[in-house]
Amino acid sequence: MTGQPRHAERGVRRGPRELIFEMGSPESRCVEPPALDVPEVDLAEALGGAVREEPVALPRVTEVQIARHYAHLASMNFGVDSGSYPLGSCTMKYNPRVNEDAARLEGFAGLHPYQPLESVQGALEMMAGLAEALAEVSGLPGVTLQPAAGAHGELTALMCIRAYHAERGAVRSRVLIPDTAHGTNPATVAMCGYDVTTVRSDAAGGVDVVALREALDADVAAVMLTNPNTLGLFDENILEVTRLVHAAGALAYCDGANLNAVMGISRPGGIGFDALHINLHKTFSTPHGGGGPGAGPVCVSAELAPYLPGPIPVRVPDGTFRFENPARSIGRVRSFYGNVGVLVRAYAYVRALGGAGLREVSEQAVLSANYLKERLRTHYDLPYDKTCMHEFVLSGSRQKREYGVRTLDIAKRLLDFGFHPPTVYFPLIVEEALMIEPTETESLAELDRFVDAMVAIAEEAAAEPEVPKGAPYTTPVRRLDEAGAARNPDLRYRPEV
Amino acid sequence: MRHISVTCEQREAMLRAVGCESVEELFADIPRDARFDRELAIEGGLAEMELVAHVRGLAGANTPAGGMVSFAGAGCYDHYVPAIVDHVLRKPEFFTAYTPYQPEVSQGTLQAMYEYQSMMALLTGMDVSNASLYDGATALVEAAMMAVRITRRRQVVCAGTVHPEWQSTLLTYAAAGNFDVAFVPSRGGAVAFDSEDVTSVLREGATAALLVSSPNVLGNVEDVQRAASLAHETGALLVVAANPLLLAVMASPGDQGADIVVGEGQPLGNAMSFGGPGFGFFACREEYLRHVPGRLVGRTVDMDGNPAFVLTLSTREQHIRREKATSNICSNQALCALAAAVYLSAVGRDGLAATARACIAKAHYLREALLATGRFRAPWDSAFAHEFGLIYDGDVTAMRDALFAQGFLAGVPLSMLGPLDRTGIDPGVADSIVLFAVTEKRSRAEIDEFAARVAAL
Repeated sequence: MTGQPRHAERGVRRGPRELIFEMGSPESRCVEPPALDVPEVDLAEALGGAVREEPVALPRVTEVQIARHYAHLASMNFGVDSGSYPLGSCTMKYNPRVNEDAARLEGFAGLHPYQPLESVQGALEMMAGLAEALAEVSGLPGVTLQPAAGAHGELTALMCIRAYHAERGAVRSRVLIPDTAHGTNPATVAMCGYDVTTVRSDAAGGVDVVALREALDADVAAVMLTNPNTLGLFDENILEVTRLVHAAGALAYCDGANLNAVMGISRPGGIGFDALHINLHKTFSTPHGGGGPGAGPVCVSAELAPYLPGPIPVRVPDGTFRFENPARSIGRVRSFYGNVGVLVRAYAYVRALGGAGLREVSEQAVLSANYLKERLRTHYDLPYDKTCMHEFVLSGSRQKREYGVRTLDIAKRLLDFGFHPPTVYFPLIVEEALMIEPTETESLAELDRFVDAMVAIAEEAAAEPEVPKGAPYTTPVRRLDEAGAARNPDLRYRPEV
Repeated sequence: MRHISVTCEQREAMLRAVGCESVEELFADIPRDARFDRELAIEGGLAEMELVAHVRGLAGANTPAGGMVSFAGAGCYDHYVPAIVDHVLRKPEFFTAYTPYQPEVSQGTLQAMYEYQSMMALLTGMDVSNASLYDGATALVEAAMMAVRITRRRQVVCAGTVHPEWQSTLLTYAAAGNFDVAFVPSRGGAVAFDSEDVTSVLREGATAALLVSSPNVLGNVEDVQRAASLAHETGALLVVAANPLLLAVMASPGDQGADIVVGEGQPLGNAMSFGGPGFGFFACREEYLRHVPGRLVGRTVDMDGNPAFVLTLSTREQHIRREKATSNICSNQALCALAAAVYLSAVGRDGLAATARACIAKAHYLREALLATGRFRAPWDSAFAHEFGLIYDGDVTAMRDALFAQGFLAGVPLSMLGPLDRTGIDPGVADSIVLFAVTEKRSRAEIDEFAARVAAL
């Protein structure tokens, strides 16, 4: 049972205290370098006069002050370890601790990117092994591990597609995107110098094939699809969609944000996609870090592989490893080789689970999502009533219409019940959307607790709508003045002179 | 099953609840021809103990510079990371959290990012900083693209002394069609801003930005003030890529006239980790605030009037503005930025300056010691901070290999960084130039010993 507060709790809040800048004293110290054991240099002379006149007004604090400060800040944060985090399309699964330890091994963490190749063979083996695993999961043989995040991977893939067309003398200026797409997709298209054409979804939630056919012509460079899509549905027409795309001379790009649903079940490369990015910080369990770092490797077909950014770690026949630059590479998309520390974590995850384990992950993720959907379907509107993949979308439109309780209120009330809310107001084609992705790592008890909370909130919305409307009550701070924050931006502390 | 808490029995009950006999039925909507019909050929199933042994084996097949007497830099630096930094990063409330979209339960991340932004603004001399980008190279690209948007011009001029990998990244993005790049070669280890090198490419009304790194990839200090006046005379913005640790003692780019300051944040409390993850920092003047890429955290109040923090100005961002966003960036490098914030508090105002001074003093000491061996000569006579280039009189690779076997990482051969044709360095000597970086970790005894080993080769 929920056993959670139903009404405002008025107590001492644990909200923000002072800033780190406001602590300490001029004498406070934490870590200082050892005494200088070489002659001092005259900085003005050494730096050609480009010296700072006044010291930077950074904090002066002791270690215990730092420890307490961040302990307090941590106490105001909610992570996967704090409770269920059913944030749709974000795959907030548990982050295994052994992976954290692996990334911190000095043999990885202490590597300099320009060490001699012979001294980094283990790192290259790890990277090549991860790339091989991703190629197998995706069914696409070419892999770059360089992109730092999903959106970076999208851009990398689109740049490869651009280079592919350019080499064939094709001038194509548009990229098609369904109306269910993540915001990063159109933003990426614009960054890659293309124009966006939005394609509507059909009644079943998939790409409207008629609309797609109309939009496809010799000016289309690519189609960017998320499959399963952001409604949590596997597009039943996907084979026809990719066939049409190729028939028009365009390439099919898959946003891999939702790969957690289909590992070992369906491969993007097997259904006509030419390129895919994978979010290691979603499907492959690396932590989100409060916003990053992630990693967004890109897997591509043999036709696109020559365009990938280099260097790429490859296994050579003599059993050693080296970096190679693809023949017609677009060039680098960042410095060095990628977020290697994140790659280590994903590699460890792959080796822990193996091919069979990855499939079980997808099976359970899909089962858990369908379970939640079935248990919640009578309490909220379910605009696309089909078997879902790893996530599904409810609508709070009934609660809004009948009780004036918006999806935002439902989300905020969930915080009082100890849950991170689902993704809200996305996808854009669903009114008052609540996009729910439990992931495979939640226990049945947690899933049931989430159902209880959602049901309790639906009942509250009917009986006492002012309660969810005023939520949250138990969090370190309550709803924020976001408009004020944007109107009068206060983005930094300014020390008193 | 690993990391799956649902039991077999519960699984059956869940299947019954959704009206399916088997898991297979859940995938019935996937067309037969779209199904994968075999098991994934991926090795795995290691027990945790086996996994630890396996990854230790891979790690053990490397010889990490962090455990050696290393003089390698070139964009990634071997600084000491105080113990408290990783202890903070290991707090699950920070590292297992998502982007702080729900501010009521994300005040920890948000306040930490606000403090990070404050520190970066102070270091760079800029009004505002964002909450991080991917790395230094992409931060430079984002700055170039922001200048293109602001000025509505499409040419950027980049110093040839910017890291070649960053140049390559810039060119990759430029090839996507939204801007053009012209490069300025160096003379004597730095850009000659008053020469025709610059004035011939920096065009009134056409150039959106001048991109300069200082110290540059050779470790040398560029004349940022002169760069600023030249850029501003043509209506271009000045973008400066800086080393954030050295900014403790170097003139702030803001004071020197920069409009946007970017860079690689790794030196601040982040492990080298084979070059990533670190983070890109991005700071600028307030007038450009609404053009900034990436997340921004602002201070506000909650409905009870209590102070609180929130992601703000998000109408710039992709999830709101879609194809009209200032960038496509979504995930950033928040935890690495957190490491920087903890680091900057741990070393503090005085410790950061002392660290920077130690790096600079030791680099100057090493340079003298290496020149005294008679095996090196200086390719230029330029002001430098904690990194410098010298011409070796023998086979660079052989020298490096020999010293590596003795536990020394003898810098980075310039040729490892990528094509050098845009740097303006004489191709006749470029392959003989080695870059040496010195951090506070190196003792005088290590430097003396290193010079002695070089002399003995």
